Amino acid sequence: MSSTFDQIANIIAETCDIPRDTIKPESHAIDDLGIDSLDFLDIAFAIDKAFGIKMPLEKWTQEVNDGKATTEQYFVLKNLADRIDELVAAKNAGTGTGS
Amino acid sequence: MQLDYFRLIDRVVALDLEARTIVVEAHVPEKHTIFEGHFPGFPIMPGVLLTESMAQSSGWLILGVLKFERMPFLAIIKEAKMRGFVSPGQVLTLEAKLEHEGSGFAVTKVKGRVGKDLKCSAELTFGLSPFPDPAFRVHMDAVANQIGFPLQAIAP
Repeated sequence: MSSTFDQIANIIAETCDIPRDTIKPESHAIDDLGIDSLDFLDIAFAIDKAFGIKMPLEKWTQEVNDGKATTEQYFVLKNLADRIDELVAAKNAGTGTGS
Repeated sequence: MQLDYFRLIDRVVALDLEARTIVVEAHVPEKHTIFEGHFPGFPIMPGVLLTESMAQSSGWLILGVLKFERMPFLAIIKEAKMRGFVSPGQVLTLEAKLEHEGSGFAVTKVKGRVGKDLKCSAELTFGLSPFPDPAFRVHMDAVANQIGFPLQAIAP
């Protein structure tokens, strides 16, 4: 079974036509991979479907805008994978997705 | 359809908030200047207008599911297929299903038929935003009444 990061990287590669081997755990989705907000909608849809979750993008964006979080916390892919693992764990524990 | 006002939906036939589906009707006008150019001697609905019809059908569905708290704006068109000609005077029946409600976005699948014949289909993604102007929200309420949107279905 592939890791969460691998699944995300595959989704990004397919959705944004970015060579898979250029997508690293340290890659920042926006700054390094150049993914824009529209492409991220597609990615979010694919991730939500693949993991059965609802990524709280609006909450994350608000936290970044309010200075309570950095974009790195959510958009560096290894961190995004951690956030997704947390959401999946919360879902499996029946505690919701925190959206 | 009121093509001059870009209002492409005439009537909400059914809204099922549990199944997250909507069925709407759109009557293609018998005459319009669009058909003079598209095409002379062979008038058909332009594919972009069929796509907009699918988008507006989906939009009403999303408005219902979200209880008019957010306005859906078309962002992504995928797999748009124009499967057959739609002619002046025909009645287009559109069925949309909400495939996914994400955080700040929604995805629908929609099909348009004339009678039993499938004429168009697409997967559409919408960004969801607060209404940018109160007058816009009031306008949508008015249009909802005009097209028979079952506002009672979304009442608290």
